[in-house]
Amino acid sequence: MNCTARIISIYAADVSGVCSALYEYGGMTVIHDASGCNSTYTTHDEPRWYDTESMVYISALTENDAVMGNDEKLITDLCDAAEKLHPRFIAVCGSPMPAMTGVDFEAIAYDTENRTGIPVIAVDTNGMHSYIKGAGAAFMKLAERFSKPHDRLRGTINLLGVTPLDFSLNGSVESMKKWLADCGFTVNACLGTDTSLDEAERLSQAEVSLVVSSCGMKTAEYLQRKYGIPYVVGAPVGERFSRILADSLRAAAESGENSLPCLSERACGGEVAVVGESIISASLACELSLETGRGVRVLESVGESEMSVLAEGDISVDDEDMLQHELKGAKVIIADPLFIPICSADAEFVRLPHEAFSGRCFSKEIPDLINTDVIRKLGLRGKI
Amino acid sequence: MLKPVMEQRKPEGIRIADASFPSPFRSGLEYNPAARGSWNIVHTGMLIPESHQIYVCAQGCLRGVILTAAEMNAMERMSWVSLREEDMFNGEMEQRVIDGTAHIVERMPEKPRCVLVYLSCMHMFEGCDFKMIIGELSSMFPEVDFLDCYMIPTMRKSISPDALMKRQLYAPIRKLPTDSGLVSIIGCDRETDKSSELFEILGSAGKRVWEINSCATYDEYLAMGASSLAISYLPVALNSGKAIERRLGIPHLHIPLCYDYNEIEEHYRELCGALGIETPDFSENIERAERALTEARDTVGDIPIAVDFSAVPRPLGLALLLAEHGFNVRRVYADGFMNEESPAFERLREIAPDLELYPTLDVGMRFARDENCGEWLAVGQRSAYFLDTDKFVNIVEGGGMYGFGGIEKMCGLICDAVRNPKDTRATISLKGLGCESCL
Repeated sequence: MNCTARIISIYAADVSGVCSALYEYGGMTVIHDASGCNSTYTTHDEPRWYDTESMVYISALTENDAVMGNDEKLITDLCDAAEKLHPRFIAVCGSPMPAMTGVDFEAIAYDTENRTGIPVIAVDTNGMHSYIKGAGAAFMKLAERFSKPHDRLRGTINLLGVTPLDFSLNGSVESMKKWLADCGFTVNACLGTDTSLDEAERLSQAEVSLVVSSCGMKTAEYLQRKYGIPYVVGAPVGERFSRILADSLRAAAESGENSLPCLSERACGGEVAVVGESIISASLACELSLETGRGVRVLESVGESEMSVLAEGDISVDDEDMLQHELKGAKVIIADPLFIPICSADAEFVRLPHEAFSGRCFSKEIPDLINTDVIRKLGLRGKI
Repeated sequence: MLKPVMEQRKPEGIRIADASFPSPFRSGLEYNPAARGSWNIVHTGMLIPESHQIYVCAQGCLRGVILTAAEMNAMERMSWVSLREEDMFNGEMEQRVIDGTAHIVERMPEKPRCVLVYLSCMHMFEGCDFKMIIGELSSMFPEVDFLDCYMIPTMRKSISPDALMKRQLYAPIRKLPTDSGLVSIIGCDRETDKSSELFEILGSAGKRVWEINSCATYDEYLAMGASSLAISYLPVALNSGKAIERRLGIPHLHIPLCYDYNEIEEHYRELCGALGIETPDFSENIERAERALTEARDTVGDIPIAVDFSAVPRPLGLALLLAEHGFNVRRVYADGFMNEESPAFERLREIAPDLELYPTLDVGMRFARDENCGEWLAVGQRSAYFLDTDKFVNIVEGGGMYGFGGIEKMCGLICDAVRNPKDTRATISLKGLGCESCL
């Protein structure tokens, strides 16, 4: 893999994932960076920025401070801002320059917490990974730091991995909550969107975790390790697959066992390709497979999605050349429009914009696929 | 431990009478306001016709520039090489740039005339040999002009990315036999508005004007090399002009964009001197500017006015012009000022001591947007955002308006802003004012 691309876009980076994951918890998230990370995040990766206040900042690192290792400047600035803004917690993460100079974020967090008395978490990023790694680590830190032991509440579900990078502000979060309610469940916590720090605090009382994107996987594993909460992996995409997912949640609540219905309920291979983050793509593939009886292939294109949901014939490929090669055999391609230039003109291209890939370019046309007729919504009738 | 204090996140302005110059605010963590009209290095690089941009940097840095190109429907002119952890320490950084760039260029169905290779802070801190990289690529693809460009925001105390980009923007241009009838205006994101007296003066001296913004082909772009004089008026273009003078031997004249009549006349005198012509009488131009200011003031009435640094490089200068002509100028949004703003700063302290200065990057500005602050007229996107007003002059970097004609034009935009409110969110959300957008 040569990590080059002639014409396609690139996924949101780890620092954006951190900011997106922690956006609604009343904390102050600071990227140790000179400039650029914040404008990229707030312009392309954060649809809530204009309307919803959240304390996301950069440290404004300079060449002098980078070379001289002036961590005191960052700590002082964190303390000053905290005194002014009163965040419920502070999160710090890093861009490539701190990675090069070897900044010790855990030490900075420790020192800042001692000085301010405010909880400070360090999230391991360096700007060289995808949003999945960043958001996953941020959610995990949130759970580690703020979740407290609670008695289990029957019928309650944690929705894990819900950021606008994967679930645009198009009603899909509300749809997931409604679907769970219609199935007789109660949402205990929805990590990432339409949420609060109280929800993070009570994560342990859920009966089951539902991992709807790869960003939630690490937290699900943690909650199982720490509190014994089983998890089910899949997004409630389409009507048939959503029914299976609801059954899986009930089964997990009974058995305490994890399950991956988006893998187990799907016919593999075939000439239909879904390109994108693995869990959502596998869930869509599963729904299409259930609807048509035909195999659907998942091409995981982030490179850091959850790989356990990939079936035989699926592939993880984040390199433009390799992806173009893999797409050659597909007759129908469901993917973000910024993949069009590497798709064969002979293939039927179905537009499914993904905010984490194309930002706000096509955000107005991102469909809400939760518990609905996806064949109709994606205009697939007669095509597959 | 922090002492509990009252929740007071909104920053308060500093009276100009109490402010220090040129940095009225303390630096610290920085906020990013949701006003996107200012150009970035991608927009500027795209001004070179028939060129292609390749960014070699980390995923986080790539994301912003790639999506800038995507939003301006220019992905066919944009490629990238993503750096990973191993690139930081394996000692192969230069080769990585060469291999990645060559791989991309080889796969292009048609070779571009010019490839802008953008290197990052990582290369700078590793001490990469940029000259060797460009030399190697040039020998591999002799038909292509390779240009080293920089996305190095960490060097914020040395040179701004914008100024560096403006310098490199003209680097592929080679010296041509001097055409005494050709004069270039350099360093502008948009063409200079024809309302400027610059064009009359240059026309009267028999000069044709070259600006990069009107070049449709690479050959038209290269024709700048025949210029007899290069003029710049934006501060970010100063380095660029000096580099052109040094490298190509084309005399450079920097006549900064300003709003003081005497200074404007002085700049025109300098220009006429450089052209070897007599300085014309600007009385009529000044009269027209005065009439326009009077009309604008009558149109605006007592509506409070805010000016910000994203609109004009000299917000204090513009604020002073307006204040001296009876406008109700109440705020200036800027994080710092150029030294050239010192006379305007001092004069404003005398005639408008209550004028408030606000930062734009301070952490508290996250909470500064005020939906209930009443009617305001803003000059610039940032002030329009903070004041949540739909009456604003939508320009960046001076808007191409220069001289007395520029002031007249600005007054027209002020009147229009009052008469025709804008959809603020939709307008200021677009990146790179004037560029194509898919949004």
